[in-house]
Amino acid sequence: MDDLLADFLTETGESLAELDTALVRLERTPDDEQTLSLIFRLVHTIKGTCGFLGLPRLERVAHAAENVLGRVRDKQLSVTPEAITTILAALDCIKAILGALAATAKEPAGDDSVLIAALAATAEGRTPEAAAPQAEKAPAAEASTASPPAAELPAAELPAAELPAPGSPTAEQPVMAGPAPGNLAAAGPPGQTPPIELPAAEAPASEAPAGPQTIRVGVEVLEDLMTLVSELVLTRNQLLQLARMHEAQNNDASGFTVPLQRLSHITSDLQEGVMKTRMQPIGNAWQKLPRLVRDLARDVDKRIELVMRGADTELDRQVLELIKDPLTHMVRNSGDHGLERPEVRRAAGKPETGRITLNAYHEGGHIIIEVADDGTGLHVDRIRAKILSKGLATEGELAAMSSADIQRFIFHAGFSTAAQVTAVSGRGVGMDVVKTNIEKIGGTIDLKSEPGRGTTFTIKIPLTLAIVSALIVAAGGERFAIPQISVVELVRARLAADPQDSTTPLVEHIRGTPVLRLRDRLLPLVNLTDLLALHSEPADQPAQDERAAQGGQTERSVHVVVAQVGAALLGIVVDRVFDTEEIVVKPVAPILRHITMFSGNTILGDGSVIMILDPNGIARATGVAGGDSRGDGPKTDTATQAGRTKASTAMLLFRAGDAAPKAVPLGLVARLEDLPRDRIELSAGQPVTQYRGRLMPLVPFSGVIDPTAERHAVLVFTDGEGGAERCMGLLVDEIIDVVDDRLNIELSGERPGLLGTAVIAGRATDVIDIGYWLTQASQDWFRAPERERGPGAGLPHILVVEDSSFFRHLLVPTLTAAGYRVTAASDAAEALRLREDGTMFDAVVSDIEMPGLDGRALVREIRAGGPWAHLPVIALTSLASPESVEAGRAAGFTDYVTKFEREALLASLQQCLSAPVA
Amino acid sequence: MNTTVLDRAASPPGRGALTGDDGRDGQATFVTLTVADQLCGIPVLGVRDILGAQAITRIPLAAREIAGSLNLRGRIVTAIDLRRRLGLPDAAPGSVPMSVVAEQGGELYALLVDQVSEVMTLREAAFESNPPTLPPQWSEFSAGIYRLQDRLLVVLDVARLLALGPAPHGRT
Repeated sequence: MDDLLADFLTETGESLAELDTALVRLERTPDDEQTLSLIFRLVHTIKGTCGFLGLPRLERVAHAAENVLGRVRDKQLSVTPEAITTILAALDCIKAILGALAATAKEPAGDDSVLIAALAATAEGRTPEAAAPQAEKAPAAEASTASPPAAELPAAELPAAELPAPGSPTAEQPVMAGPAPGNLAAAGPPGQTPPIELPAAEAPASEAPAGPQTIRVGVEVLEDLMTLVSELVLTRNQLLQLARMHEAQNNDASGFTVPLQRLSHITSDLQEGVMKTRMQPIGNAWQKLPRLVRDLARDVDKRIELVMRGADTELDRQVLELIKDPLTHMVRNSGDHGLERPEVRRAAGKPETGRITLNAYHEGGHIIIEVADDGTGLHVDRIRAKILSKGLATEGELAAMSSADIQRFIFHAGFSTAAQVTAVSGRGVGMDVVKTNIEKIGGTIDLKSEPGRGTTFTIKIPLTLAIVSALIVAAGGERFAIPQISVVELVRARLAADPQDSTTPLVEHIRGTPVLRLRDRLLPLVNLTDLLALHSEPADQPAQDERAAQGGQTERSVHVVVAQVGAALLGIVVDRVFDTEEIVVKPVAPILRHITMFSGNTILGDGSVIMILDPNGIARATGVAGGDSRGDGPKTDTATQAGRTKASTAMLLFRAGDAAPKAVPLGLVARLEDLPRDRIELSAGQPVTQYRGRLMPLVPFSGVIDPTAERHAVLVFTDGEGGAERCMGLLVDEIIDVVDDRLNIELSGERPGLLGTAVIAGRATDVIDIGYWLTQASQDWFRAPERERGPGAGLPHILVVEDSSFFRHLLVPTLTAAGYRVTAASDAAEALRLREDGTMFDAVVSDIEMPGLDGRALVREIRAGGPWAHLPVIALTSLASPESVEAGRAAGFTDYVTKFEREALLASLQQCLSAPVA
Repeated sequence: MNTTVLDRAASPPGRGALTGDDGRDGQATFVTLTVADQLCGIPVLGVRDILGAQAITRIPLAAREIAGSLNLRGRIVTAIDLRRRLGLPDAAPGSVPMSVVAEQGGELYALLVDQVSEVMTLREAAFESNPPTLPPQWSEFSAGIYRLQDRLLVVLDVARLLALGPAPHGRT
């Protein structure tokens, strides 16, 4: 049967039951306006719904009844038992028709003109005596229609389909004894019709397919049931664990095993059953959308067609509730921003009517919902401009991003691309809220957009929230649960190199930041023990000590839980991995909600409380994903993994001179030293220190060395290798921290020694200009020691092509310090002009992502011919995926180096330059 | 596992019996407890349970006062270390705290105390508001003082004790 019809039958059945009682009440207290308006409203609703569903016969009867009631309500007709009788007859007629509807899903044929005439007569205030007999005939004329419902159940809301023989009285409630044809005329004062035994009642009951087989149950009842079942599941798990322990101790199967297993199965079935009661088709969340889209189309003057697929895909009603608003918002967005106006579409050769497609389907324990439009797609340029104007990323960072990465910025807080803020959307609280809401229920969202072809958002959400499968891990002597949905894989890794074991991957460190080479990608790692500050207090529970001890056995190797965070991956380092358990997620107490690392807590099978980790929260806390799911789509995930982690830069924060924190990219600093005062000597008026067997010039950042300080923090910058190593020390007051942050520099350059100011770790921070300080150390710093060949000209001449001034500022001093003569060009065109001018270089270092001609085009141009055709060209990029490296080599790049890898760049240059010489 | 040493307050009938004439005849009933040798009282109506030693799971990154969470018959209860909450030194290592479970906004909280003693019915006449010289960490959480024969009893304001962190009372 049609769902709509089934709903209608259920609902109308309820209304009719209510009506019967209300009518009788009205008869007794004709002045009760509340009852009257209730009756009127119920009948009106029935009438309206009938019209909507295309049930003309039902509608006519209901309409006639409504007329009578309308007049009563308007005080043009007084309530008489006769009028009530007539209306009751109409209700019975409605019930009969409904009964047939429930059985056959079709409105039975029949003629109600007599009943309608009676109702009309009543409405006009003619003698009800005249009307009643007429009404009586109506049901009599069609026995199957107007007989009372099978009423052996007083609470039965729906009439049985097959009706008792005419003349059998109703047993519903004596006072409202049905207008069975035989006693209709006698049904005067209520209460007179005696309840009559109903011999025929069993027959209809057994025959009846009995309407739609649904009952309405309050949501709270289901919620309570679910909670109880959840507790039952936990208790079951607890029992199973006890039994296992018991068995292990006594080494034999106890008598509990069989009943326990049975209990276990029943519990599982019960759990499944209760879960099913909570499942609702996703179409319920879509119900309002057609109307919304229609109104939207009118408001914004577009033609929009809404296609909904997979509306019967079921998911937990709690999840359903939570995605309703995000979905509505997304559909609205698609209509408002995504789709073009008809004339624009026509000009683009697309049908005038834009299409928004909703698609839902199951995929491995998850529901996938797609919201797609065939509109303009996301404008990367507009988003880029917006990012810059909002200061969400720097040009340099943007240059390193793929367009998919840039598009994902629409999930950033406070981002809205609509050029015009409309009433519909564009309030700037759009997609970030959607994303947050979806992440709240453990889901992920991603998008794919093609210019001119449209945008597709893909939401992946768990089927249910109540019970989830979780991986139990231990770190720092405590156990935690990680929802299985976000666990991609488990990897064992070694902490220290072990010659006997070359298969286990090794945890490596980039300036103290642990990473793991996982197949062909670099996985950022967070150590759970550090992250949750679990070192501080010793475990005070014996059980925890034991667990810690067990963890200690494997101290040389750790477990890495590879977790999916948005589109990115994150490795969570734990001491130990236990098995998975079904857990019931319970929200944490309000006083703990501010700790974003946890999504809830639960009780394990052994009765202990355990916190549930939220990988999204961890990623946000560690800055891995920066709070948004950047990284590329699932297929090209590898490609952007490296790039994504580079989007933020490790910065060394220190204090020197004034109170403002200073920063330098950590990659440029070779070492940090803490020098006691007495190790600082003066040589020809300049402070120096003996450092690794040679003198290292020291430059105090503040200009003077504080004579009272016992020790001095020194940032050591070096270049060269082995014996030829040169170094310089920058004396600072205090090393504050190493932070990973986006370097969003606003160049001022007005003060010597400072590149400008950036907001790092939430504070305005001066970014120092290393080039300046290197020259301060020694005027001849830039003259490399091996430069015995003569000044200037003998140095290898490097062309740096880099559009971001910040990177130029970093590269030039780095390369200069390494003994190269450097010329910088801010784009490919400028570089090619240098070629036309006849400038010759020994090598070219070029950025890939640049406005205008990009790095690949530049290298193709260089290779195409001319004096530079055989120069080594090194690509400098943050996108160092195997694919992009391959593409780069194909374009003609000699080597590929990741931005900020100073050593790698210098090594690469050395190799490139030595090859042709040798 | 759970060792409920004193479960009188848990079941509603028991609670009713205990509070019998509460609020009438100028009397009030308290569960008394000691924390760092100070006798304190919590209105018995607000007490849901009294527990002995419990396995408490630490909650990383939580405020110092939050001792962790424990399992009370399938419900997760957040445990608050009353000594820390009151700014008192930690108990000697090895001492086993008891818990008084109270409800706040539908959530259960366990207050870890040194010792739970008895249920006392006290006359309003013996009640006094906080002396102005009471140290701030006590005056913040004390709803007043009862003069007992041989000692004083501080009435703890459970709502304020539980107003930890950003959530419960809009405090941030």
